[in-house]
Amino acid sequence: MTKFFATTALVASLAMPAFAVQPAEGEQLAENQVYNFWLLDAIKSVDPAKNTDVEGSDVLRQLFEGLMNEDEKGAMVPGVAESFEESDDKLTYTFKLRDAKWSNGEPVTAGDFVYAWRRAVNPETASEYAWFMELMNIVNATDIVKGEKSPEELGVKAVDDKTLEVTLTTPTPYFIKTLSHATTFPVPQKVIEEHGDAWTQPGNLVGNGAFVLRSHNLGVDITMEKNPEYWDAENVVMQTVKGITVNDNNVALTRYQAGELDRVQIPAGQYPRLEKEAPDQAVSLPYACSYAYVYNVSEKGPEALKDVRVREALSLALNRDIIVNNVLQGGQKPATTWTHWAIEGFDQPETELATLSQEEKTQRAQELLTEAGYGPDNPISLTLQYNTDENHKKLAIAAQQFWKPLGVNITLNNVEWKVHTDRMQNQDFDMARYAWCADYNEASTFLDWFRTDGYNSGKWSNAEFDQLMADAKTAEDTTPIYTRAEEILAEEVPAAFVYHYAKVDMISPDIKGLPTENVLNAWYAKDLYRLAD
Amino acid sequence: MFAYIMRRLAVAVPTLLLLIVFSFILMHLAPGGPFTQERELPPQVLANLNAKYGLDDPLWKQIINYIWGIVAHFDFGPSFVYPDRSVNELIAAGFPVTLTYGSLAFMAAVVMGVGLGVVAAIWHNSFLDYLAVGISIGAQVLPNFVMAPILVLIFTLWYGLLPGGGWSFSDPSFWIMPVIALGTSYMASIARITRSSMLEVLGSNHIRTARAKGMPEHRVIIRHALKPAMLPVISYLGPVFVSMITGSVVIDIYFSTGGIGKAFVDSALNRDYAVMMGVTILVGALTILFNLVVDVLYAWIDPKIRY
Repeated sequence: MTKFFATTALVASLAMPAFAVQPAEGEQLAENQVYNFWLLDAIKSVDPAKNTDVEGSDVLRQLFEGLMNEDEKGAMVPGVAESFEESDDKLTYTFKLRDAKWSNGEPVTAGDFVYAWRRAVNPETASEYAWFMELMNIVNATDIVKGEKSPEELGVKAVDDKTLEVTLTTPTPYFIKTLSHATTFPVPQKVIEEHGDAWTQPGNLVGNGAFVLRSHNLGVDITMEKNPEYWDAENVVMQTVKGITVNDNNVALTRYQAGELDRVQIPAGQYPRLEKEAPDQAVSLPYACSYAYVYNVSEKGPEALKDVRVREALSLALNRDIIVNNVLQGGQKPATTWTHWAIEGFDQPETELATLSQEEKTQRAQELLTEAGYGPDNPISLTLQYNTDENHKKLAIAAQQFWKPLGVNITLNNVEWKVHTDRMQNQDFDMARYAWCADYNEASTFLDWFRTDGYNSGKWSNAEFDQLMADAKTAEDTTPIYTRAEEILAEEVPAAFVYHYAKVDMISPDIKGLPTENVLNAWYAKDLYRLAD
Repeated sequence: MFAYIMRRLAVAVPTLLLLIVFSFILMHLAPGGPFTQERELPPQVLANLNAKYGLDDPLWKQIINYIWGIVAHFDFGPSFVYPDRSVNELIAAGFPVTLTYGSLAFMAAVVMGVGLGVVAAIWHNSFLDYLAVGISIGAQVLPNFVMAPILVLIFTLWYGLLPGGGWSFSDPSFWIMPVIALGTSYMASIARITRSSMLEVLGSNHIRTARAKGMPEHRVIIRHALKPAMLPVISYLGPVFVSMITGSVVIDIYFSTGGIGKAFVDSALNRDYAVMMGVTILVGALTILFNLVVDVLYAWIDPKIRY
């Protein structure tokens, strides 16, 4: 290892300030520093290894702190790591940890990260997010998850209490961006060993985040209070953060209007009205998820969809402007690519789909279908499967209408969520609605889906695409690679991309410090403060 | 009577066992499992999870293990979706909530429903009757999923009197809207059943006899009419009481009470097998118990009934 230190260049030493966002001059703070945020459903777990959902991550980000945090634009800023070094071969990262403390006053050490990461991949933990460590390409992660190696062999070690060393199997351009994910948060070994599964209960839970867990009534509310032991506690203004569960979006909006919540999602279709009534509160922010209709091109799929002309025709005929402007009405954008437009370092290619007018596209779709031997005289019959949801239904009906004049008869097939997922994963569908949300702010989080061994439920496969994705891992400049990959998707059309998500919310004008340009919408209550009315 | 109750309780055991076996099998027949999710889990992670929760055992073995866990340790297993919690913990947290608002709504519905029904029957075809029938029809046609958001709109947004949702055992202001929203349509049904049953009884021979004896009308009603008129109401109330105290998914969703009504529906959608079984058994056992209570009440009210 001495060799490593001798030959390692200081590739990325961070010198950016990592302190919490501070109120601007002249802003009058409220007496009562409370932030009430909305939760659609119960938090499954506040154990970083067992959490699986976005809302759980919103809570975990307050209770724990990883090596890195995100700022209001989504850029990575130091968390527990003060600085890091990347080796020349891009396979080893060495993190220098700051003097941070757990909420029980004990120091946060490199060993805590080692313990947490080994725990996440340990088959005994049975973490549903164990794959995240594989995504990070940490040495031996895959074998440990399979049970072929022991968790101690994971490529992460504590050189000393303040130095953490991570080794990767392959250069991973997005590696640093994965470090603000909840799965990578440190956990307190002693507390977990003392309390077992009950360590996540209020009173037992010890975290290293800016807030500590005060109470948690499953499916009702979760309350967190400022952690005086947090390393940057003197810069944290917010005192109490409360997540309030409201299972119905419309009721949540009413309760927001009654002042019980400070932020809430706007129910579909209500954005135009609310934007007019309360322009200082209604926001539509880019949000890194994409919506698509996936074609089943596997052996079990319909014959017609094996013809690329049919796939392209269906995609071209889909009038995305109507879907976005008349159905969704929340500032979403028509999708011509799988990767969300706002992803960092991504340029959308100039494809037919992106450049032609809808009239031209519809005409082109007709030509393509005629070439393929289909049309109103020889119609294609397909099913479009979607899971139960009012919006999916509206979109599917719209799609059905766009395709009908081409001689494509769509049977809508509405199934419950688990059935939908199960059928997709078994290629038991013709076309199915699907959405994917970014795990980190880089195009590969979307594009990996279409790799031959990606999730890719339609089983499309393309050697050049796979090669591009492999090349991207070691490339200096990934932008042209990802653009080319999207061009292949545009030529081969494994799915009809429909729209790119926006986060359409009402936000109380009193609350400051919420991120507006972070496409993953990762927010930190330590950066928030409430203004006096 | 004691022997009858014992016999009924003895029959309850095989009934519950059948319920468990059937629910278990039906549940596993539904496509997907607790760990089926949008991002398909790597096979080895899925295998680890199945092993941890015993889902890799054959079905018969899972059922036996499950029943054994209940019989031997009163352990209903771990939740698959809320990994930090056991089914016992989830029910212990959710059931007291639904029990509270459910029994309050039940009491309110019974008192008001029976009251309305009796008034309507006594002053049959009068203004009071029309009013009572009008109220009960109005309450019946306004479903709770319409009423709940309206209540929040009025009491939370417009008047700011009540919290718009959530739950607290120490603060009754959280209970009011769930009780109103849950109780109203039951009140309406109780009123209609009471009214028609009361009308029938008031027209019967023994009432005519009582009146002929010159008995004051209020005694005729209270002593001779009300008791027999309650029989159909009570047979309706048994299952209604169980469904009210085990919660309503609509109430739980709109008022975010954390009750088990929503937990039940979620567990089915999430394929959270253990939670679903736990709530099924709870509802099943309560249904059996309250059917028995109804039968015992019958015997008490109507001396003609003998077991």
